[in-house]
Amino acid sequence: MHQKTLAELARALHAGEISSVELTRLFLERCESKNALLNCFITLTPEHALRQAISADGKIRNGTAGPLTGLPLAHKDIFCTRDIRTSCGSKMLDSFISPYDATVVARLNDAGMVTLGKTNMDEFAMGSSNETSFYGSAKNPWDRERVPGGSSGGSAAAVAAGLAPAATGTDTGGSIRQPASLCGITGLKPTYGRVSRYGMVAFASSLDQGGPLARTAEDAAMLLNVMAGFDERDSTSVDAPAEDFTRGLDDSVEGLKIGLPAEFFGERLDGGVGGIILAAVKELEKLGARTREIALPNSRLSIPVYYVVAPAECSSNLARYDGVRYGYRCSDPKDLADLYFRSRGEGFGREVKRRIMTGTYVLSAGYYDAYYLKAQRVRRLIRDEFRSALDKVDVIIGPTAPGPAFRLKELVDDPIRMYLSDIYTVPVNLAGLPAVSIPAGFIGGLPVGMQITGDYFAESRLLNVAHRFQQVTDWHRQVPPEFT
Amino acid sequence: MDWEAVVGLEIHAQLATRSKIFSGAATAYGAEANVQACAIDLGLPGVLPVINVEAIRMAIVFGLAIEAEIPEQSIFARKNYFYPDLPKGYQISQYELPIVSHGRIGITLENGTTRTIGITRAHLEEDAGKSLHEGFGNFTGIDLNRAGTPLIEIVSEPDLRSAREAALYMRKIHTLVRYLEICDGNMQEGSFRCDANVSVRPRGRKEFGTRTETKNLNSFRFVEQAINYEIGRQIDVLESGGTVVQETRLFDPDKNETRPMRTKEEANDYRYFPDPDLLPVKIDRELIEAARKQMPELPDAKRDRFSRDYGLSGYDSDYLTTSRELADYFEQAVRAAGGEAKLCTNWIMGELGAALNRDNMEIAVCPVTAGMLGGLIRRIRDNTISGRIAKEVFEAMWNGEGDADTIIEKKGLRLLTDSGEIESMVDDVLAANPEQVKQYCESPEDRRAKLIGYFVGRVMKQSGGRADPRQVNDMLLRKLERG
Repeated sequence: MHQKTLAELARALHAGEISSVELTRLFLERCESKNALLNCFITLTPEHALRQAISADGKIRNGTAGPLTGLPLAHKDIFCTRDIRTSCGSKMLDSFISPYDATVVARLNDAGMVTLGKTNMDEFAMGSSNETSFYGSAKNPWDRERVPGGSSGGSAAAVAAGLAPAATGTDTGGSIRQPASLCGITGLKPTYGRVSRYGMVAFASSLDQGGPLARTAEDAAMLLNVMAGFDERDSTSVDAPAEDFTRGLDDSVEGLKIGLPAEFFGERLDGGVGGIILAAVKELEKLGARTREIALPNSRLSIPVYYVVAPAECSSNLARYDGVRYGYRCSDPKDLADLYFRSRGEGFGREVKRRIMTGTYVLSAGYYDAYYLKAQRVRRLIRDEFRSALDKVDVIIGPTAPGPAFRLKELVDDPIRMYLSDIYTVPVNLAGLPAVSIPAGFIGGLPVGMQITGDYFAESRLLNVAHRFQQVTDWHRQVPPEFT
Repeated sequence: MDWEAVVGLEIHAQLATRSKIFSGAATAYGAEANVQACAIDLGLPGVLPVINVEAIRMAIVFGLAIEAEIPEQSIFARKNYFYPDLPKGYQISQYELPIVSHGRIGITLENGTTRTIGITRAHLEEDAGKSLHEGFGNFTGIDLNRAGTPLIEIVSEPDLRSAREAALYMRKIHTLVRYLEICDGNMQEGSFRCDANVSVRPRGRKEFGTRTETKNLNSFRFVEQAINYEIGRQIDVLESGGTVVQETRLFDPDKNETRPMRTKEEANDYRYFPDPDLLPVKIDRELIEAARKQMPELPDAKRDRFSRDYGLSGYDSDYLTTSRELADYFEQAVRAAGGEAKLCTNWIMGELGAALNRDNMEIAVCPVTAGMLGGLIRRIRDNTISGRIAKEVFEAMWNGEGDADTIIEKKGLRLLTDSGEIESMVDDVLAANPEQVKQYCESPEDRRAKLIGYFVGRVMKQSGGRADPRQVNDMLLRKLERG
């Protein structure tokens, strides 16, 4: 049962084969017995989950259930949840309980979904390996010596190991897609503005975007149906018409134009990853898609641009954690300056402090033009380059990450190499485009993900391509041997 | 040396919106601490700002009133600094592309000359909360009710040349924002306050001297005092061979002096950058035209009209147009009196002004309405009562005893018009004062005028002030001459 997709579980629920309470118990038991191996949850919420499940069963019985009613899921611990701790992976918010639900959480609650708990993540979503979490790293279910990716590593590991059928995540520079790739599941980063950011603890506001992590493209589409939509509380949320993202899943991909950027198959790629992606593209060609090479020369500037823009925004977004109103406060502050220095010094981890300092630097008088303004200009170039590429092709395909999951501690002291693990995902955030990562093969028993990027608001098309691929392949059906 | 002062003001006017600039919380003053602060005002994790369109409209109205430029797109920026009453660690303000730029306003100096003061920009921003330093032992209390209250910061060009000019300019802006109904102008509650940038230079020199900024001046008097002090201090520093330090200063009204708060070296680097949570505000021409249509008559236009249509002096027109309420009161009173603009003005500036002052009351809530004052003036005009009796009627109206006609009837204050009644009073007075009558008759012509005043006074007293003094005078003359 725990290996079934959301769509399959929904059918079982509605056919009366299992109740939501039974399903919830089954996943809670798995979480309780396996979480110690993976550390993918920061908080489990069994009582809350069972209450929601009982209510969901009532709706299923009286016929008021929707397609997701009664299905369990896990929330990344970056989404504010009323009455449940929202730590954001940080000592700073270790004891923080939000008085309100994030819009994404409220929508999924309203759809009748059951919250199993809150998943582990890099501190304030700053990391690519989950190792910056105050709660210790989540582990990769395919090899517990390896990272699950980050920052939504807990969500990806939980879904891959069958501890939750699906999870929410956020993606600022690859934080949904890269862990999805490293854990062998499906992860979608929607168009910037598709999913409300209200109640999602901010890292870099102009890049952050919430999205689903699931077993299949179909499941991701079902979740996106609920998660997406205009929210008057988020000024950057887009007032786009409601869409049923599951409707076009089975559409033909005959004539689909795929662009393969030369830059994404270069020297940075680990041996074998390029071959896996090209083989996956061949599968799509068999379904009638056509490929052509495209150029995205400015994408090589994405990492430096990202590491100016994201820290700049983070340095300001994280200023509110000052020990005054909520969150961590140092003991016995001497005076105001001491309260600030020690609360922030003790409450934040190394990577967060590194980015706050970088961001403060690039916004400082005398450096703003050289760093921040220039980075914004290059960002526009990168966006324009994607736009003109997407005038010629329908989707752009490449690897999600340069290689499969790396070892725990392997890159932890080498921030630059760590940052480069997001080299294929970051440009998509800078452009604000939607992209999905789906399993495309294995290297040495470790999953490898393929990234499909589309034009603004082309999530339906991306999910359609991913779904058709998943109908003719079974990479997404593979289960980590320890978690069968 | 002959020194010249150069002054520029940054005025912060709180916009009279019902809810805050980026949240739905109420802006009313005086609530219990922190009850008017929602999750957004508290800067909780995950919250986002949403612009209050009413604040945008008010800023546009202000821009139109000062003939400023309003861009098609305006941008909100974050001003980053740490302070306990600044919940997010940044203030949402504007840096590049403020909503109003390049405006101007005229001021009239005491000698009657007018000057145009440039307004560099006016931008929208959110207010911070308040730190409370008393009543919490070793701690500081934080009240975030004010956090997120919309402000418009109005930055003048360094066009002002004296403390007096600065105070006149500040008054002019104060009158304007109240006319436009975008700010209640309440200075005690901090709804209208300013920072003054002051420097001095030898007269005739083009370059500016080093300036200081004196913060948080919340009365016209303080603005004038602080600037005068600062000008004097800077001249003293320069004349004794020193240099003025660029710094932020605070004004102490008790000691009437300014003191340094922080120097440029200690000044914050605010690291302004466009707020990624707020899209640029698009201001379409329709919004501007709609605001233009709703614009009330502005103070200068009203003043000119008062002088022209009511035949008032420049001084009277200026006085009556200092606030929209006062101007409206005047016009209603004139209507109710059926003319008599000058008499209405005298009453408003005289009795009414004194009573408002005495009871520390706003004209909008005063017990003598414009209609009531007009009714009183009508009775002066048609000789129902004398000017002196009118003052008594006014006091009675102020005390809530009814309108003029009711009081006149109830108290029997009508002027005596029956000459028989007056004649009998005159006879009574003459009969009761035979000594004085004798003295009058024996006096030479030139001393009699003075003595007759005595008899008039007695008759007036007997009539309770209701007799017409001229009529009494004539009658006395007739009787005494007849002797």
